[in-house]
Amino acid sequence: MDEAARVAHEMRLKRDRRERNGRILKHLFLITVSCVMLYPLFWLLASSFKPENEIFGSLTLWPSQFQLDNYTKGWNALPISFTTFYINSAIVTVLSVIGNLISCSFAAYAFARLQFTGRSFFFALMMMTLMVPYHVVLIPQYVQFLALGWVDTYLPLVVPRFLASDAFFIFLMVQFFRQLPRELDEAAMIDGCSPFKIYWSIILPLSLPAMGTAAIFSLIWVWEDFLAPLIYLNDIKSYTVPLALRLFLDQEGQSAYGQMFAMSVLSLVPVVIFFVLFQKLIVRGIATSGMK
Amino acid sequence: MRRFLARNAPAYIFLSPWLLGFFLLALGPILASLYLSFTRYDMVSAPRWVGFDNYSYMFTRDRRFWKALEVTFTYVALAVPARLIMALGVAMLLDKGLRTIGLYRAIFYLPSLLGASIAIAILWRQLFEANGVVNQVLAYFGIQGISWITNPDTSLYTLVILAMWQFGSPMLIFLAGLRGIPRDLYEAAEIDGTPRWRQFTRITLPLLAPVIFFNLVLQTIESFKTFSSAFIISNGTGAPADSLLFYTVYLFNEAFKFFRMGYASALAWVLLIIIAVFTAIAFFTSKYWVHYENERD
Repeated sequence: MDEAARVAHEMRLKRDRRERNGRILKHLFLITVSCVMLYPLFWLLASSFKPENEIFGSLTLWPSQFQLDNYTKGWNALPISFTTFYINSAIVTVLSVIGNLISCSFAAYAFARLQFTGRSFFFALMMMTLMVPYHVVLIPQYVQFLALGWVDTYLPLVVPRFLASDAFFIFLMVQFFRQLPRELDEAAMIDGCSPFKIYWSIILPLSLPAMGTAAIFSLIWVWEDFLAPLIYLNDIKSYTVPLALRLFLDQEGQSAYGQMFAMSVLSLVPVVIFFVLFQKLIVRGIATSGMK
Repeated sequence: MRRFLARNAPAYIFLSPWLLGFFLLALGPILASLYLSFTRYDMVSAPRWVGFDNYSYMFTRDRRFWKALEVTFTYVALAVPARLIMALGVAMLLDKGLRTIGLYRAIFYLPSLLGASIAIAILWRQLFEANGVVNQVLAYFGIQGISWITNPDTSLYTLVILAMWQFGSPMLIFLAGLRGIPRDLYEAAEIDGTPRWRQFTRITLPLLAPVIFFNLVLQTIESFKTFSSAFIISNGTGAPADSLLFYTVYLFNEAFKFFRMGYASALAWVLLIIIAVFTAIAFFTSKYWVHYENERD
């Protein structure tokens, strides 16, 4: 082995060793950060299985006795059982997701694939609505919906979604639709396909990832939505899960922390399940569109 | 005319749900809110025109308005940089030299998905209580903690920490951006013996500028709109001593607790203008510090 090759070899070995050490350090650091970040969540989970007197005062995650009392009692702790709240949340969420998917994909298809007068003007308007805080439109919308007799129904929560009010998803879908090859539409057009046919049998089937991402995000956001239900739902029978959770706080002092935590855990379960199942779609969706 | 219709009709049919929504749920309400901001309106009797009274009261006599601005601006000024620095730092760690990052990415992103929920706001309240988890950790190190949430000097920081905890989505966007930086730039710098810090300031930061800009604008707007967590943690009132009186919480209370719809509309318009100004500043200054790849050469 000549000198130069030996030196090069040694340098490589040295570099490899340094890199491995660096990697181990990085992993140690990242694992520490992970633990710190996950600790509150595990604490919440553990507390939901602990007897009331054990929740505060100890950092250990493992309950001395594992009990489901908090769940069974918490489910019926409020004047109305959580069964109702979950059904209510499910109704609002499912309808909203359907509304979002239909109306936003319609608008996105027009913006991304069709030529029409005023396209860039309307597109700019749409992008500007992304910036407008919900609080600005809230009061007139409330006055409007009250006059229509919609308060204490799910209409104020659902109908706007059928009118593409979550413009963010339009943006997400436009980004995706634009990447599909133009030739597809042109060939189909020559074959005599109507724009609707092109939308339905070409664009949508090719856009399942984008539709999936939009569906998951809108599902999670609607599920966690608090402000709109807080304003429009006054009757406890129509409460969604987040509103019901808030009721626990109002009864504070009766020390039902365990039950409140148990119900909090349950409210997060659907989100976590969807996250685990569709992690890839979620991550890609954010990376390509830059979601919040 | 017929040709015009034939060319445009399909597009406008597809656009019609959004158009309807735009006029009925966005433009209409925005203009209505502008009108209401010049009135006194309690939802019982009809709106009464009062000219600039709402605005002059707001700027000259309403202490809580200024308090709300102070709280919100402090929060934005602390939470946005904290979250972005955390996001960029972790993204850079994940980007280089590690083969398996999927699990870390998932763990770091999860809080962003859960963070907006009421369950997490409830959890946060308990973490920072006098006998909460945080104080127990501190006690372990021999530090006597206080009740962080009910102390007006510290309550806002608990929300800043909550914001920091949710650094996941800017992190993912940074990761995508870092992937776009050509590796050979770093290799060349390595061969030249450029120190790591200089590699960061001379390669990473400039090439990442568009992504940083994007995240900055997005997170600033988002932070101005913070509501649910502040509402839950402050019991819906902005307590203690208005230290959690976020702008949106104040607006909500004026509108839906005291039914001062006219005044609340004026508050809403001021918020809209603040956000618009911030967005505009970001866009107009961007040409001095953001350079897009394809603009070079």
